[in-house]
Amino acid sequence: MTRNDFFEVSAMKWFFPLILGFVLSVPSAPAQEQVVSPDALIRQITEDVLSIVREDRDIQGGDTRKAIELVEAKALPHFNFQRMTALAMGRDWKKADPGQRERLVDEFRTLLVRTYSNALTGYKDQIVRYRPFNKPAGDGGDAVVRTEVLQSGGKPVQIDYSVEKGADGWKIYDVTVAGVSLVTNYRDTFNQEVRANGVDGLVKMLSDKNKQLEAGKK
Amino acid sequence: MGVVKSHIARRCGVALAVFVVAAGMAGCASTARNPKDPFEGFNRAMFSINEGLDVVAKPVAQGYEAIVPGPVRTGIGNFFGNIADVWIAINNLLQGKITEGASDVGRVLVNSTVGIAGLIDVASSLGLEKHAEDFGQTLGRWGVGEGPYLYWPILGPRNVRDTFGFVVDASVDPLSRVHDVPTRNTLTGVRFVDVRASLLPADKVVEEAAFDKYSYIRNAYFQMRRSALYDGNPPPDDAEEDEDDDEK
Repeated sequence: MTRNDFFEVSAMKWFFPLILGFVLSVPSAPAQEQVVSPDALIRQITEDVLSIVREDRDIQGGDTRKAIELVEAKALPHFNFQRMTALAMGRDWKKADPGQRERLVDEFRTLLVRTYSNALTGYKDQIVRYRPFNKPAGDGGDAVVRTEVLQSGGKPVQIDYSVEKGADGWKIYDVTVAGVSLVTNYRDTFNQEVRANGVDGLVKMLSDKNKQLEAGKK
Repeated sequence: MGVVKSHIARRCGVALAVFVVAAGMAGCASTARNPKDPFEGFNRAMFSINEGLDVVAKPVAQGYEAIVPGPVRTGIGNFFGNIADVWIAINNLLQGKITEGASDVGRVLVNSTVGIAGLIDVASSLGLEKHAEDFGQTLGRWGVGEGPYLYWPILGPRNVRDTFGFVVDASVDPLSRVHDVPTRNTLTGVRFVDVRASLLPADKVVEEAAFDKYSYIRNAYFQMRRSALYDGNPPPDDAEEDEDDDEK
């Protein structure tokens, strides 16, 4: 064995565990997601996001754009926006053709990310508690991960994440805050718009709203 | 007891009078689309009035938040929360939730003493968690139906059941027993501002998220009360099953 060979082998020896460790620590790596349980996933996303918010004076000061960037990087890959849109529309989802669906999902995603990233700017060192998780029977299916945000002097705010098992790991398809689903809360409004102006009317309503928010006007 | 009775009678009277007006308006509520909200026309009118009142209330709450230091505000919130815990304990007991009720009694005992008249929520750090119960929830537990949705001036959204629940809640409100009128008014005012201030963070989200604020708040109210009634574990809602399963 030459000196060079020796170096290479020993480098490889160190390098492999390093790669492995890195892969395991990257949350969105598909290889890992099969084994991450839903409760571990929620905990990891929450801690990832909050640890950044705790350090970031801009977000604490109300920098919406920075909050959106954070959510897009850390949380977005773990949501199933198609199912969220279908859930918000209820029966009307069937009325949309593939092209309309794509636009609906796109606009609804933009709206949800923007409005709820804003909520991060109100974070003030509250503690998140993770409730015991009951694994659903069988391998796949749906599950609910329950968390609570503790606040001084008030009843803890319950935040529940509905998750489903997809091809590349668990995906969140609904979030309820104090029992209020951020998704199905839209159903009345969406159904009404589809009844009045069709699916295209709903696409337009969503895109108008997003443009309005983007322009910073109410 | 006479005081309590006259209180209930007075508030019931007001509630009934407004309810009759609401029922009378039902005929012209042609915009009604949600079966739970037959008086939508009237409710929307009240909603606009409240939005108008909030033009005054919101800046006051914002000023309160800006001027009063955080720890002081927490103390004020804790103080009113401790008073409220007495009635929360009774409601838990009325619903047969003995463990929760006993825990609430423990909270009041601990916070009123060690917590300096309720200013510090010592009980929470001891693991006695705060609950949120009211007589509307107790009526729900007893099987009373919710009735139509109503939007009241100042009070905001309440179905008929919660409206009567509120009348009972208000009639036993310890603040209404304070005899000195200026003190009573001050306490009631501070409590109102404290509650309004606690809702400020939600304001921005609702303003941005909602297409129609009235309908967004109505749906949120339905879901929130349903969840509260079942203490955070409501059975699956039929409406949730509308989703097209083969299109996930």
